[in-house]
Amino acid sequence: MTDRSAIVRLNGIGKSFGAVQALRDVTFHVAPGECVGLVGHNGAGKSTLMNILSGVLSPDTGELLFGDQDLAARYSVAAAKQNGLRCVYQELSLCPNLSVAENARITHPTIRGIGWRRKAATLITTWLDRIFPGHGIGPGDIVGELSIARRQMVEIARAFSATQTPVRLVILDEPTSSLDKASADQLLSFVGRFTETGGSVILISHMLGEILDSADRIVVMRDGGVVAEDATAAFDRARLVREMGSVLAEDAATPTAQARRQTDRVIVLPGENGIPLEVFKGEIVGLAGIGGQGQTDALLTLFAAANGTRNHAEITTEAAFVAGDRQTDGVFPGWSIRRNISIASIRQMVQHWLIDARKELGLAQDWQTRIGIRTEDLSNPILSLSGGNQQKVLFARALGSPAPVVLMDDPMRGVDIGTKQDVYAILKDEAAQGRSFVWYTTEMDELKHCDFVYVFRGGQVVSGLPRHQVTEANILRASFDAAAAA
Amino acid sequence: MIARLLTPHSLRTLLPAVSLAALLAAIFYLQPRTMSYFGLNLLLNLAVPIALATVAQMFILCVNDLDLSLGAFISLTACITATWLHDTPLLGALALAGCVLAYAGLGALIHLRNLPSIVVTLGMSFVWMGIAVLILPTPGGKAPDWIRSLMTLKPALIPFPIIALVVLGGIVQIALMRSAPGVVLRGAGGNPQSVARAGWSILRVKMIMFGLAGLFGVLAGMALVGLTTSADANIALRYTLLSIAGVILGGGEFTGGRISPIGAVIGAVTLALAGSFLSFLRLNPDWQIGAQGAILILVLALRVIINRTAAKS
Amino acid sequence: MSLLQKPWIWSWIGTLAVCLVIIGISGLGAGTQVLSAALSFGTFFVIVAIGQMFVVTLGPGNVDLSIPACMTLASTVAMKVMGGSSTMLLPGLLIAIAIGTIIGLLNFGLIRLLRIPPIIATLSSSFLFQSTAIWYNRGLRVKPPEPLADFATAKLAGVPLLAILVLVLTVIMHVILHHSLFGRAVLAVGQNSRAASLAGIKVERTRLLTYLTSAVLAAICGFFLAGFSGGAALNMGEEYLLMSIAVVVIGGTSVAGGFANLPGLWGASLFMFLLVTMLNTLGLSAGIRLILTGAIIVGVIAISGRRGRT
Repeated sequence: MTDRSAIVRLNGIGKSFGAVQALRDVTFHVAPGECVGLVGHNGAGKSTLMNILSGVLSPDTGELLFGDQDLAARYSVAAAKQNGLRCVYQELSLCPNLSVAENARITHPTIRGIGWRRKAATLITTWLDRIFPGHGIGPGDIVGELSIARRQMVEIARAFSATQTPVRLVILDEPTSSLDKASADQLLSFVGRFTETGGSVILISHMLGEILDSADRIVVMRDGGVVAEDATAAFDRARLVREMGSVLAEDAATPTAQARRQTDRVIVLPGENGIPLEVFKGEIVGLAGIGGQGQTDALLTLFAAANGTRNHAEITTEAAFVAGDRQTDGVFPGWSIRRNISIASIRQMVQHWLIDARKELGLAQDWQTRIGIRTEDLSNPILSLSGGNQQKVLFARALGSPAPVVLMDDPMRGVDIGTKQDVYAILKDEAAQGRSFVWYTTEMDELKHCDFVYVFRGGQVVSGLPRHQVTEANILRASFDAAAAA
Repeated sequence: MIARLLTPHSLRTLLPAVSLAALLAAIFYLQPRTMSYFGLNLLLNLAVPIALATVAQMFILCVNDLDLSLGAFISLTACITATWLHDTPLLGALALAGCVLAYAGLGALIHLRNLPSIVVTLGMSFVWMGIAVLILPTPGGKAPDWIRSLMTLKPALIPFPIIALVVLGGIVQIALMRSAPGVVLRGAGGNPQSVARAGWSILRVKMIMFGLAGLFGVLAGMALVGLTTSADANIALRYTLLSIAGVILGGGEFTGGRISPIGAVIGAVTLALAGSFLSFLRLNPDWQIGAQGAILILVLALRVIINRTAAKS
Repeated sequence: MSLLQKPWIWSWIGTLAVCLVIIGISGLGAGTQVLSAALSFGTFFVIVAIGQMFVVTLGPGNVDLSIPACMTLASTVAMKVMGGSSTMLLPGLLIAIAIGTIIGLLNFGLIRLLRIPPIIATLSSSFLFQSTAIWYNRGLRVKPPEPLADFATAKLAGVPLLAILVLVLTVIMHVILHHSLFGRAVLAVGQNSRAASLAGIKVERTRLLTYLTSAVLAAICGFFLAGFSGGAALNMGEEYLLMSIAVVVIGGTSVAGGFANLPGLWGASLFMFLLVTMLNTLGLSAGIRLILTGAIIVGVIAISGRRGRT
């Protein structure tokens, strides 16, 4: 706290959006050569704080100090860049129609004139090589044709790459959310090397393990303020969770459907040369493996089969879908919370050709209380909710539908622990009543809630693990084994 | 090398050129006399203003907008060219420059008020048409001599329209696809928010793109008058739809900044030739328009087939 | 939501303003006459605009450019089949509807099978329909059967009968948009088609029904317009292309998709007709009239604006 050499120092920052106070009196600094871990629930104010730091939003009150200069009044994205600050946003900010090198050019105005393409290509390739060795991305590749993990790599490499102004501080907002384990490790080890050479990083992540492993200092935010700040050594997982304000519920390992894996089969997805994916009534089935190994495709195939538009899979009942990518797959941005909930059940609400408004409201109210959507009025627009609450709406949509099978596409991405615990409880409850769940998740912890786990690799199921065999070691082995052999 | 050429990706890129080549071959087969200097000249000269119009539309599509007033605008610039530019060149030049500025202003208006371009340009088409009617109430006017002589230039060996089309496609391709500033302009179509965050002004991008569209619209009007020698207020109305079709035929898309300048020129030429092709077929003239639609559908169907193969492999 | 926040309010404010100007210039009596004429002509705008509105609501890129060709083809064939005979009235109407159905199916087929953007699909198909109409009738104007002409121009207590019927149609379509499965599906697809499909909405069926609705309404509009104006002509649909889009958007429907309303269609249709009438009344030349029409459209959009793309 004493060093005056902090790259940037925020003093008493406040920011409101209408009646909502997003930040109150936040004091925060980053020293050179430091990795600051920033944790907090959705809506705790992390993103707002980072948007202020990167010049996207301007604070209502407070100081923004670079050295001794208070820039709060005339701060901007450009000023942030000039001071060596870069940001990797949670939602990707690449232009999908441009090549990798051309995207580098967008953030580097000084790359121009004759030979700019070569310069841009060299720059981005150098940094990709440095951070993600063996990335397999060419500078001429069109970003829109890359996988989401590779796009994230380009985004990160672009943020670290420097031309004229040196990069002094990089904000990484959930950088590993779409990376597989190996690339995430590459990134975190690079962060270590970067800070050793005097660079600084702010790491925002819901993966507490990543924060505890990589950060030098951790800042915990809650309700728009900083509630704890200390060297990493002073924290452990339990303290972090405590400071964030939620209670880590112990996972009660209730034995459930194990015995029932013989009758009432509701889904069979035959594997071309692998193991068929089977789901039984009342079961929570997890899909694991490295990200992007065909899990989402399997869910989409099942969904299409349930709707009768494709028949690669056998599925005896209707299915509902919980999207992980809220903006593209889930939310209807112009609708109220109520309409967003009711849409999957709308066919059941038709009476005499028309939708029964009372039934619709009833369903929405029912699920508002069951899943705890924080709003005063269900006719508020869905976008008035925080990300976590929007995700709850998507759960309510699927769970409120009559479909006996619910397909979930990594729905907890970027959701806070409190929400997660609420949802886990409801899933178990619903499963006990005979609903089946197919749950793709990238978080190892969540697989412990599953009765049976299928591990995917290369678009195929390569392993099926009953509950008692679901361990990190087993899953990692199945995810990587053959890859090493091949 | 050959295997590389046959990938779905390159096929998709080549499709516009291949369809143009097929159409040309069919025309040459039906009417071998077109395979001469004068034949080609005659066949292709009307493609020049259409290609200019298509390139203008492409700039607008590149930033996720659509211009439904382009045909009316080109009619207006044709009227100005055939009247003021001929009679009082200075006034004419100023008026045409004003047209370009008006387009840039339109881009600014659409961006600042976040307006749907379809509707704004729809309204503007009435405005352009109205001004054109005021300037030239009845068909007439006269092309300035220098434009006339430029459009009827007879260079050695290669007919003028071919040179003009190649130069047009080449220049725009380099400026938009290969230059550093072009990257920003296209990026603004792909992800405006991130381009803005990187410190570029989207307002300026929109003004530049609309301004360029205006400029090429002006050029299209001038080229058209150079060929027809006179103008009227409705002379280019059909260019609105032709230009959109040309961009799409050339591999461009409506959103996301996915465009191809060379493709757009090729698409425009294909559409322009479609008419000649039909008359060489001695088709009932009733079906002229219909067959243009059919060719459009055919080429797009081919694109789908290629894309499907791409998805499978 | 207060009245001023309703998306359709602007079109009605505009209509009212233009109305007052006309009454101010030509007096109340003439004003009433103009209003009656506006109802007659505006009715035809509303019929096609309803279809166009559903199409536009499906989301960016969805516009039906084949409306004029559909009107022309349906009415041409129907008039020729009827040949002025009043006994053929019902078969004539059915033929018009059948042609609308075929056109809707073809449009959707192109969009779906060829994955063509709807703008291009309906544009290219409209070329085909236009050619068919030219080939079928050679530009001859066939008179409508007398009862059809009478019906299309009939008035009930000074109000055009057709306007009353279309008003009923508007109410029905309003209920369909906001309280039926189909309407909900259209709005959902328009906001986010991927999410709609994952929520169990039959996206393609919704699209098909929407393009069918648009084409059938255009065909019906063509049929009655031919009755109203003394026959089918090859250019009868011309102004309906720009007009249908303008009416939909001035009426407060979002071109970004997912938001629509029907009251605005009436407001905007009357506004557009009255605007032209007002400019005529002022004795302005054709050029000035066009400029002012355009400027007012752009002005209304710019003022009521801000709802453009998401």
